[in-house]
Amino acid sequence: MNLGPIVNIALRALTRNKGRSFLTALGIIIGIGSVIAMVSLGHGAQRQIQEQMDSMGTNMLIVQSGSQRVRGVQSGSGTGTGLTVEDVEAIARECPAVQAASPSVGASVSLVFGNQNWTTRAEGVAENYLLIRNRGVASGEFFTASDVRSAARVAVIGKTVADRLFPGLDPVGQTLRVRNLPFRVAGVLEAKGQTQWGQDQDDTLLVPYSTAMKKLLSVNYVSNAFVSAASPEMTFAAEDQIRQLLRQRHNLRPGADDDFTIRNLTDVADMAEETTRTMTLLLGGIAGVSLIVGGIGIMNIMLVSVTERTREIGIRMAVGARSRHVRLQFLIEAIVLGVAGGLIGIAAGIGLSFALSQVFQWPQAISSASILASVAFSIAVGVFFGYYPARKAASLDPIEALRYE
Amino acid sequence: MNTVQMRLDDRRWNAVGGAPAVIALEHVYKTYAGAATPVRALRDVSLTVRRGEFIAIMGASGSGKSTLLNILGCLDRPSRGWYYLDGIDVSKMTPDQRADIRNRKLGFVFQGFNLLPRTSAVENVELPLLYSDAPAAERLRRSRAALAMVGLSHREQNHPSQLSGGQQQRVAIARSLVNRPALLLADEPTGNLDTRTSIDIMTLFQQLNRERGITIVLVTHEPDIAAYARRMVVMRDGRIVRDEPVENTRDAAVDLASLAPDREEVMT
Ligand SMILES: Nc1ncnc2c1ncn2[C@@H]1O[C@H](COP(=O)(O)OP(=O)(O)OP(=O)(O)O)[C@@H](O)[C@H]1O
Ligand SMILES: [Mg+2]
Repeated sequence: MNLGPIVNIALRALTRNKGRSFLTALGIIIGIGSVIAMVSLGHGAQRQIQEQMDSMGTNMLIVQSGSQRVRGVQSGSGTGTGLTVEDVEAIARECPAVQAASPSVGASVSLVFGNQNWTTRAEGVAENYLLIRNRGVASGEFFTASDVRSAARVAVIGKTVADRLFPGLDPVGQTLRVRNLPFRVAGVLEAKGQTQWGQDQDDTLLVPYSTAMKKLLSVNYVSNAFVSAASPEMTFAAEDQIRQLLRQRHNLRPGADDDFTIRNLTDVADMAEETTRTMTLLLGGIAGVSLIVGGIGIMNIMLVSVTERTREIGIRMAVGARSRHVRLQFLIEAIVLGVAGGLIGIAAGIGLSFALSQVFQWPQAISSASILASVAFSIAVGVFFGYYPARKAASLDPIEALRYE
Repeated sequence: MNTVQMRLDDRRWNAVGGAPAVIALEHVYKTYAGAATPVRALRDVSLTVRRGEFIAIMGASGSGKSTLLNILGCLDRPSRGWYYLDGIDVSKMTPDQRADIRNRKLGFVFQGFNLLPRTSAVENVELPLLYSDAPAAERLRRSRAALAMVGLSHREQNHPSQLSGGQQQRVAIARSLVNRPALLLADEPTGNLDTRTSIDIMTLFQQLNRERGITIVLVTHEPDIAAYARRMVVMRDGRIVRDEPVENTRDAAVDLASLAPDREEVMT
């Protein structure tokens, strides 16, 4: 007995009843389709986060004033008053693993140019900020160390700010008012787009930190420091050195909590990635449930089909089919239903994720692993949910089956 | 060839003296668990069939003819007693072994044809071969040869619903022959057919019996049909009450020729 004829019989039985076969497989199609779509969208999000982190430079550290006691829940970081410009300068000067450090103070400010208004987040940083953040200017130039020393009223604006305040104009060299003070626009930043969390990275205005502290905010403290380690491998060394230095400068006794928090981007990336992974798992789980429902659909129709075809089974047995031939025939039917549903589902899922990513501008990445898993899973669904009906068919008594009306 | 010989031990006759026994039933009982009381469909049936015989089993409705034939066809098993097919004890076989016997040694023809619907004639004939080792080309060749043997070469691609009753039964006979069985069992093969078509089918059976030496056991309740056999077994209430040679076995081909010709195609 060779397998070929049995596969043939199974395929014929399915194609004979195309409409029903399609409806039977529909559950699997929807299940696999949504698994593929969900997983590839989740994957796309994950990959985008990764790319963003890479583009920011993996050797970047953020020092925030204020301590962080519980992972994920930070208590007042960035709002404390513990970090000074001198601290940041000391970090740059004294930590061997640190390449550069820039203070950062930020505030929401209203901008006016002519009759245009815009509210954005102003950030006071040092002249080396672009180097640390791995960014560049699209036109004009960044402010200089002497601008920082003299607390000059110069600003570098993001593309969104430029579009809003200077529609159709070259902003470079123009003067805009920040909190009613005139600032000269020195340059426009390269566009960067949105972050994973929907924050527009181009809606920003950079000024020297000295200017921000003295003229915009009147504070003596900075909220953060952006630090770049000499190389990605030195990130952890840099973190240790900064911690030691700051504890010493802040006169913290051994055992006392840090009054600052050091975060590296790997942590941030991990956290974001974990969030998307959880989402992917959740959506994948829901899709998985629909797969099981689809499998039950297959089992249901196969059971109906076994009953309907009792006489056929009797005839086959009467001419010499062994019960395992009959079992195999129905099992193959179920597997073919599962696999065909799976393949159509994969195509539908790929189509769906492309469509969603087009319409909503979501990133997507079809993963070959999820396709392989889908194929394996649909075979498994066919075997699992086809086994019981197939066994029922095979256990029929030839005489009883022949008598069946 | 027609030396008729009576055995002394019981009522059994065999038409072909000295030929080996294809079928030997010994004290076979079959009891069905009925709703109220058990139905004793066969009671102490013993029967020997030798190679090349053509037997008609007669009897009133409910006398146990089909039950007997199903046991002979390895579709069912005796409740008690022994069944030797070609000297092998069928009662001891596993279901798979009985399936293989049905596949290789036996051909079964039913009153209701039992063809697969929406399946062409040639594929219906091929069915038993699907469960053998024959390669595809061989399967097709043998199926077409079997269809040709029953005179249906021109109907290979027709589905059962596109064939007359007589043609359907011939497809079923072709199916029963495709594995070249030594024993052909037929349960009222002409029960659903008119007289002319019935004689047509009997011509075919006689031809298979005479020219190919196929042993035939045929159930019928029509004496006219039994007249084409060479031995007649009569059953009543699950027992064999008569077992004798048919005097003046009729020749179906002659009877067919004497009937007025009609549109049904003449077989070769
Ligand atoms: N599966 C079954 N369960 C219970 N009783 C059965 C079963 N099959 C047959 N019988 C009974 O066994 C007896 C013999 O039945 P069988 O079918 O062998 O008769 P038959 O001689 O073929 O009759 P007919 O000429 O009407 O076909 C009957 O009384 C019938 O009711
Ligand atoms: Mg009967």
